[in-house]
Amino acid sequence: MAQATRRKPVAKAAGATVSARIAAQSHFQTLRLGTPFQPRIDALAKTQDWYNWAGYRAPHSLWDEELEYFAIRSQAALFDISPMTKYRIEGPDAEALLNRVTLRDVTKLRPSRVHYTAWCDDKGFVLDDGTLFRLSQTRFRLCSQERHLPWLLDSAVGFDVKVEEETEAVAGLALQGPTSFAVLRDAGFAGIERLRIFDLADFPHGGGTVSISRTGFTGDLGYELFVPADKALSLWDRLMTSGELRGIRAIGYTALNRARLEAGLMVANADFTTAEHAIRADRLRMPDEIGLGFMIDLEKGHFNGRRAILEARAKRKLRHVLVGLEIDGNVPAEHAIVYHKKAQEVGLVSAAMWSPMAKRNIAIASLARPYGDTMVEDLWVEIYAMRELQYQKLMKRAKVVARPFINLDRRTANPPADF
Amino acid sequence: MKAWDAIIIGGGHNGLVNACYLQRAGLDVLVVEKNDWVGGAATSRELTPGFLYSNCSYVCSLFRPEIMRDLELPRFGLQVISYEGGAVFTRDGDYLANYRDHDAHRREFARFSKRDAEAYDRYARDVTRQCRFIQPLLMRTAPDPTSLRPRDLGELLYLGKKFAGLSAEEMALTLRFWTMSISEFLDEYFETDVIKANFALSGIIGTALGPMSPGTAYVLLHHYMGEVDGSVGAWGYARGGMGAVTKALAASFKASGGTIRTGAEVDHVLIQRGKAKGVVLVGGEEIYGRLVVSNADVKRTFLKLVEEKELPDIFLRRVRNFKIRGSSGKVNIALNSLPEFPALPKDSPVYRGDMHFTDSMERMERAYDDWKAGRWSADPFLDMVIPTTLDPTMAPPGKHFMSCFVQYAPPKIGGREWTDADRDGFAESVIAQIAEYSPGFRDRIVHMEVRTPREIEAEVGLTEGNIFQGELTFDQLLFNRPVPGYAQYRSPVGGLYMCGSSTHPGGGVMGAPGRNAAAEILRDLAKSTSHMSPAHDVI
Repeated sequence: MAQATRRKPVAKAAGATVSARIAAQSHFQTLRLGTPFQPRIDALAKTQDWYNWAGYRAPHSLWDEELEYFAIRSQAALFDISPMTKYRIEGPDAEALLNRVTLRDVTKLRPSRVHYTAWCDDKGFVLDDGTLFRLSQTRFRLCSQERHLPWLLDSAVGFDVKVEEETEAVAGLALQGPTSFAVLRDAGFAGIERLRIFDLADFPHGGGTVSISRTGFTGDLGYELFVPADKALSLWDRLMTSGELRGIRAIGYTALNRARLEAGLMVANADFTTAEHAIRADRLRMPDEIGLGFMIDLEKGHFNGRRAILEARAKRKLRHVLVGLEIDGNVPAEHAIVYHKKAQEVGLVSAAMWSPMAKRNIAIASLARPYGDTMVEDLWVEIYAMRELQYQKLMKRAKVVARPFINLDRRTANPPADF
Repeated sequence: MKAWDAIIIGGGHNGLVNACYLQRAGLDVLVVEKNDWVGGAATSRELTPGFLYSNCSYVCSLFRPEIMRDLELPRFGLQVISYEGGAVFTRDGDYLANYRDHDAHRREFARFSKRDAEAYDRYARDVTRQCRFIQPLLMRTAPDPTSLRPRDLGELLYLGKKFAGLSAEEMALTLRFWTMSISEFLDEYFETDVIKANFALSGIIGTALGPMSPGTAYVLLHHYMGEVDGSVGAWGYARGGMGAVTKALAASFKASGGTIRTGAEVDHVLIQRGKAKGVVLVGGEEIYGRLVVSNADVKRTFLKLVEEKELPDIFLRRVRNFKIRGSSGKVNIALNSLPEFPALPKDSPVYRGDMHFTDSMERMERAYDDWKAGRWSADPFLDMVIPTTLDPTMAPPGKHFMSCFVQYAPPKIGGREWTDADRDGFAESVIAQIAEYSPGFRDRIVHMEVRTPREIEAEVGLTEGNIFQGELTFDQLLFNRPVPGYAQYRSPVGGLYMCGSSTHPGGGVMGAPGRNAAAEILRDLAKSTSHMSPAHDVI
């Protein structure tokens, strides 16, 4: 057979899509992106202590992680949440799609309300947890730790809905702490006092709008603000100016991580492994195994994972439980092994700290049932405390307690107190 | 007359690994190599002054770290440099890159499809799960499923337990992986053609199949099994070219007292009363040995080096039918300066990685269509690297060595042998493709080594120039590699063993076949294997 001479399809002239694609090539030169607030954060970053949050350069701390924590609890703390993954889900079937994808009943989520939710794969394993903002009857924003666009788009087949990833386009700030309400009011967000916990409203800002919800990750009085990226810096300045006399401080993740633990809140891929990242099959978790069983609404009709969850409940196939622990003493039990009767290994602590607010040594742990579920007596944690190159091994009693570890009235008080 | 404890036919990487382990067990070992240099398909040769080529294999990842450690290869000069990424050039003047940084990788994919960018984690998870299942099998002798020996039963049980340890979903995926086409497999995760083409290339390299042929999904897995110093799945350049691997092996072998004879081509294996007694070189010299180990592929070993009458007919038939079809060639190029690719930003790490020009599944499959028709691909698939961007030892300063792996190239052209004119036409298809993306490319060429299946078979000895010594399809894996009943490195001839890539776990510069064969030989000799590290745990 004769050798064919080569002729490839001729290159097409670059259209607008191709030009835009080519223009985005240079991203490899900046492996850690700045958020829209980066100029302000860089100016405050005295420790230069960065970490990689989903491809963004985010601060562990800015000047002093201890004092940053106390800014949350006694003043107002500003934390940049822009790297959080955000999806905009819009259309006549948006509610139906989300009802199908997530665990909670979305028909009960009224416009201008927010709820904490989670979603599972078809096997009932948790893909992620996150917050769902109902911006209007037909428009939602889903915020999460991991990325789920293929999952959402595949689920949306057959629904009249549009799903768009908007992480880079929308900047986010968490303003948390007892003076946060006063800061917002003084910044001129008229009517902010009417927001009850989990309420959401739009406020004018710089010729556009900022959407503010009374939500947060600290267990304290606090708000989250979402704004188009180009209005980010002016929003930051507006808050910092109005908060000057109320002790407003920018903070890094270490401080926030302490506050969230006191609030008893989990972090995906820190306290449990999300289904799309679990390499080892036994690391997968059902909602009931990580304390999210309360979200499951069996009355609302079919949702992803429903059959598997029902079966696991019926056949008692739930193998794990996530619990709050109160541990004797004051040495944090981070990643300590949990024992029954000081002998049998029954679980692992995923997060732990001495809580300045509760004055207790607290932890979140995953235990193998029935421990932590029906058997809660005689639990111990083995703490390896490295002190000057020696492990001080401590066996401390652990008590299963309800989360959150702290309950602050100011979080839900109406109207919020004017500190 | 001296009788060696073992004679290894062929000084390729597996022959040398095997020789090293046997010598270190106290045997007196001789390696006979037909070429005037060792290395087989892992060589670095200076064919034009100042330039060192990785003549056949060109990147390193699969070589087992346990073997590197046992044979002290770092001490004997082996250094592997991870590279930073790679890219597929697209015909619209852009490219799709692979970056080592997870988020850069996602953002790069998002330039083409936000959806596919976020599908990567699921894909990586599934591929990783499968690799974790197979990796521990690489350094174990495959069990004989028809045998009732305790060892075979034990190994079968191990295999069964590992399989049973998978979730139902993973088990389904495993079976799909071993039988599906890479094209269909990728369809489950991705929608964008160039992104699929980007991943599919690992499924067809060295295989006489197209991306739409069943079985190619496993070939992809085989290429993901490697690591560079613990960085799983990473690929790197051996400093000094791939010959550095066999150079270090040869040095290690000699340091432990082994002997290598180059320029010594074996004519046939000396067999007396059904037992191998040594080898007879071309020219008639007889060398005696208590056992003979062949690093040559199974066809060359049993169809050329052993007389037919010594072999059972079913074995012989299966060896004849063993699939070792030639599918690729190699073009090595010395360049007087670094080629420019206007599509790439000047500081792109892609220059230091693997580059490709096949940006759609269809183009890849069409390239295969040419192979089926007995032609080299008019629009070939290239895996192109410029190792001198990271390794200064292979070319003078400012000059470069470029390695192009080229697919597809059939073993015969329209049923007849390759001619020199064919070879030049094949080279031209490669140069023309590169030049289309790199203006002025032709002017930079100082020297070229063009290797079609004809050249690879003649020089390296690989039948049909097949780089894996036999295709990595499921019918030729595990206890079926190379043929059923003979998957444990032994042969129908007493004292004649196999240690090349024709045996489990197959090809690539991995060293596992050579090592596993040594373990079996030492077992037969009732010698200790305490100098052989077991496979690293997969936890």
